[in-house]
Amino acid sequence: MPLVKIRDLHFYRGNRAIFDGVNIDIHRGKITAIMGPSGTGKTTLLRLIGGQLHPDKGTIEVDGQNVHTLSHSELYELRKRMGMLFQSGALLTDINVFDNVAFPIREHTKLPETMVRDLVLMKLQSVGLRCARNLMASELSGGMARRVALARAVTLDPMMIMYDEPFTGQDPISMGTLVNLIHRMNDAMGLTSVIVSHDVAETAEIADYIYLLSGGKVIEKGSPVQLKRSSSQWVQQFMQGLPDGPVPFHYPGTDFSDDLLNGEVSA
Amino acid sequence: MIDTIRSLGRWGLGVFERLGRGHLLLLEILRGVPELFLRFSLVIQQLSSVGVHSVLIILISGLFVGMVLGLQGYNTLVDFGAEESLGVLVALSLVRELGPVVSALLFAGRAGSALTAEIGLMKSTEQLSGMEMMAVDPVRRVLAPRFLAGFISMPLLAAIFSAVGIFGGFLVGHGLLGVDDGAFWSQMQAKTDWYEDVLNGVIKSIVFGFVVTWIALFEGYDATPTSEGVGRATTRTVVHSAFAILGLDFVLTALMFGDV
Amino acid sequence: MRQSKSTEITVGMFVAAGLVALFVLAMKVSNFTDFTDETGYQVVAEFENIGGLKVRSPVTMAGVRVGRVAAIDLSPTTYNAHVTLNLYGSFDTIPTDTAASIYTAGLLGEQYIGLEAGAEEEFLKDGDVIELTQPALVLEQVIGQFLFSKAEGE
Ligand SMILES: Nc1ncnc2c1ncn2[C@@H]1O[C@H](COP(=O)(O)OP(=O)(O)O)[C@@H](O)[C@H]1O
Ligand SMILES: [Mg+2]
Repeated sequence: MPLVKIRDLHFYRGNRAIFDGVNIDIHRGKITAIMGPSGTGKTTLLRLIGGQLHPDKGTIEVDGQNVHTLSHSELYELRKRMGMLFQSGALLTDINVFDNVAFPIREHTKLPETMVRDLVLMKLQSVGLRCARNLMASELSGGMARRVALARAVTLDPMMIMYDEPFTGQDPISMGTLVNLIHRMNDAMGLTSVIVSHDVAETAEIADYIYLLSGGKVIEKGSPVQLKRSSSQWVQQFMQGLPDGPVPFHYPGTDFSDDLLNGEVSA
Repeated sequence: MIDTIRSLGRWGLGVFERLGRGHLLLLEILRGVPELFLRFSLVIQQLSSVGVHSVLIILISGLFVGMVLGLQGYNTLVDFGAEESLGVLVALSLVRELGPVVSALLFAGRAGSALTAEIGLMKSTEQLSGMEMMAVDPVRRVLAPRFLAGFISMPLLAAIFSAVGIFGGFLVGHGLLGVDDGAFWSQMQAKTDWYEDVLNGVIKSIVFGFVVTWIALFEGYDATPTSEGVGRATTRTVVHSAFAILGLDFVLTALMFGDV
Repeated sequence: MRQSKSTEITVGMFVAAGLVALFVLAMKVSNFTDFTDETGYQVVAEFENIGGLKVRSPVTMAGVRVGRVAAIDLSPTTYNAHVTLNLYGSFDTIPTDTAASIYTAGLLGEQYIGLEAGAEEEFLKDGDVIELTQPALVLEQVIGQFLFSKAEGE
């Protein structure tokens, strides 16, 4: 049974359908990548899985529980077993790196401070920021903040972790380390990972299975090898990053020349 | 015409929707308050940033308001040969009205706006979302301690304001204008009722603290998560708090002192 | 997240300052102290009209406060005001034939009850009734009577 089971998901922002009938299975112990052009709703999907947004139709089950019918406390119990790495890192700005990583431990356990310290240093060591533990969140670069957030997301040893664009803003070295780290954690700790990304090369390197989203639908799914060999023009364009092809670069709307010719001057 | 009515209707619906959200948030905050007594350090931290940091402005404003009351009151009373009653005038004005009202207005400007900005920024930088995903309820962890701290701080600040103000009135009345100090204090004591005046003033400030903190937290929590949105929310906190304080002051005054 | 000692100290000082201010308002500014010595005994007096007398209005004797008004009711039989006075325990030698009148402090000031001592050897005790009473002077009535008598005189 898959850990996350998404069936017939519909979600609207105003009149715009972000998801229009999406089915996704995320299997235990695997790294599943959700890819697609920016603005397709990858972040939205993670928020739906985490129970922060409610679908207009369809169900999302995590570990056999329907996320959106759970009570407040049941949902919070479930979230203790899910980690999420936000695009921005979402670190608490009024405390330093150490306290940020210690935050979930102190909130959810009654471990003595010495053990908290050991745990935090261990997690920080694995992301290479042990010696940055006294910096405030505002003193970190975007890439560093994301690594601290990663350390924080895994402090409670969750069953699954969702990464929102983990690779953007990383220099080549930390990018390599990060790819490695995600891979290692997945194997060593038996984590289930969901990676949202549009960095094709890095994602394809570690993902076991890839879903390609566009226009509110799953366009293609399969292992990285299968996708690379896909006959679909769309998939080929996306995987190779070609500028021309069926993937629209523009936000949907009226034709450009129409806009120029008949545009009323507004405001 | 139809459009005007429609936009009026939309505005009205918007107001009711916000009111509804505000009350739901308040309920959730209140539900989080009992467990705070097990983690009182969270409240202490907020008492520091909400209460302690407002003390200076309260002290200075209270002193000056009291001194002005002393001067103005004296000028009026002396025409009737009643300058002995200066103490009564200063004490009653402060304890019943100016203490609770002015300190609440200052509190809204000093602490309320800061609360809104802080919560709004935490929202726009996804810190609140992040907490939710760490299974930490931001309403209980972030909002509830701030609410309790505001609720506790306000009556204390108002009491400090009134006490310092009366002292300021005494400084001017006795020190500068030569009102007899015995008469100043004894008349004040004879005419200021512990229950009618002091306790009612304290009740007022408790109500104001509750409402201002609630408004500030709601505005922050409900802010559009952009820098402009947070800026506007902060302004709204100050404006709405001022309306709420003055409106409620009228209602409370009518209830407390109305049917004499 | 551990808070520094100084935070705790400043918060402690803040709370203490607030409580001291409340205490000052109670003890120094208001009449809170009156409540503490209000053990005493209660007597009853009936007045035809109490004007603006209120619960907790002062009761004085020769200008010295000897108690407070504890309760005001309307007597269902006589339709007079039924006023319960709380007299302080230290004033326990007030004669039973003492008279009670309602006065106004100044022309427009608050109203209070003044007691004039009688000559009896017995003293008032808890539950006693003051028989001799004089109602409040109601300004409108006084003016009305004055105008009326003037009109009659002409
Ligand atoms: N709070 C919001 N209100 C309205 N529209 C939103 C909001 N958040 C995101 N959207 C829209 O939803 C779409 C999906 O956003 P998102 O999930 O962030 O995309 P991405 O795939 O780049 O992560 C975007 O087109 C965006 O315009
Ligand atoms: Mg995104």
